[in-house]
Amino acid sequence: MRIALVLTVALLSTPVHARLIHSETSLYQNILVTEEDSVRCMQFTVRKLQRNQSCIDQRAPKRLVFPYARMMLAALLLDPAPSNILIVGLGGGTLPIALSELYPNASIEVVELDPAVVVVAKRYFGFEPSEHMQVVEQDARVWAKRAQNNPKRYDLIMLDAFNGDYIPEHLMTREYLSEARELLTTDGVLASNTFAISRLYHNESVTYSDVFGPFFNLKSPDTANRVIIASRTALPDTAKLELAAKALVQPLKPYGVPIEDYASTMNTRADWDATARILTDQYSPANLLKGQP
Amino acid sequence: MRRTTINVLAFGGGFVIMALELLGGRVLAPYFGSSIYVWGSVITVFMLSLSLGYLIGGYVSLRSPSLARFAALFVAGAVLTYPLVLYGEQLMQTVFEQIEDPRYGSLVAASALFMLPTIVLGMISPYSVRLMVTETAQSGRVAGTLYFVSTLGSALGTLATSFYLVLWFEIDTILLLLTGSLLALAGVGYAVGRMR
Repeated sequence: MRIALVLTVALLSTPVHARLIHSETSLYQNILVTEEDSVRCMQFTVRKLQRNQSCIDQRAPKRLVFPYARMMLAALLLDPAPSNILIVGLGGGTLPIALSELYPNASIEVVELDPAVVVVAKRYFGFEPSEHMQVVEQDARVWAKRAQNNPKRYDLIMLDAFNGDYIPEHLMTREYLSEARELLTTDGVLASNTFAISRLYHNESVTYSDVFGPFFNLKSPDTANRVIIASRTALPDTAKLELAAKALVQPLKPYGVPIEDYASTMNTRADWDATARILTDQYSPANLLKGQP
Repeated sequence: MRRTTINVLAFGGGFVIMALELLGGRVLAPYFGSSIYVWGSVITVFMLSLSLGYLIGGYVSLRSPSLARFAALFVAGAVLTYPLVLYGEQLMQTVFEQIEDPRYGSLVAASALFMLPTIVLGMISPYSVRLMVTETAQSGRVAGTLYFVSTLGSALGTLATSFYLVLWFEIDTILLLLTGSLLALAGVGYAVGRMR
């Protein structure tokens, strides 16, 4: 009886093994491409339950597999027609591809540190740079500093640079966020995929609020991510968000984005410890803070 | 007493060198990223500076070596470290504007910021050997002990900085603590040198 129970539990908990179709060690990380049923994923560590990976469902290629990717598109509620888009961190190219389909005339720039990720995204995830979508292989901080001298500003910036377990600490400081804010147009919107757990949550929240003031904080029960949506101007109220959602329901349907739910639940409630230390270029132990409860 | 003092100072020198090196990567990251070539620049500059420091320190020790002069090296190290706090940002901004390639940008910035203090801190090792050696037969053992002590200091400086100091303090605060420690060590060396 007991043996049978143990066996059953073991059988139930054994994951269906994803097929490894590509693996390489780049200068910065391990890149693994796995496939399970029709879902193909880019992962950065071998560990199964990692917080951030990028997947496509080949049977429904538009569907955004992960909640964080869907939540990032809630930024469109604040600007339903961005024309200059900046994306920091390519991953499998999920967000750039979705945005290029939604806004074929928009100019999209992607900054990705790791050239190997770009190659893998092209080869396995259908990422295709074009006249409208360019990718720059550079450190995002260095890029942002240089871009300050450039007149170009963006109406939508998406920060999605934290792959796997290691946080590039110079991309989580007040100074970096100020540089990113400086690159927004006067009513530009910034969406950031980041952390919902550990002590870092508090430090990161106070840092964003120091740079942007109040921001929308999207969380989902089935993920350790949260998405921050901030703007250079005042944030819209729920009525305005719901109105904007109506126009987005149809275009976002193939991507599986519950945009109306986001519009009615998105809020700026500060549920963090306001006395946490702000992360700066002088004080940025993000990886140490992430390890603390 | 004299021996212990020299060992303590050598330990402190080793500690400061590696704490400074680790902060180097931190200081450069906002301007040049934190890629492997930034660490490559930092480590190259430190190795090069230490090698020059060893060479110069050996020659300096030829002329009337004393604990007081040894202590003066620590004062010089402190004086050359302090400008990092004052002018670091401006200097990196200038280098950033002049040099597009972050590899050479980080190399130039690391040289400008860390070369002089590290050369001086590198002089500590051969100078301390000179102060401790009294007979040729013992010279290897004395040098070995000093390497042991100063490298142990380096290990502890690395650990303390990367595990704890960056979690507790701002970079500038840590730099000031290092500067203060160098001055305190100089004070101890000078005081002991004046005794008897």
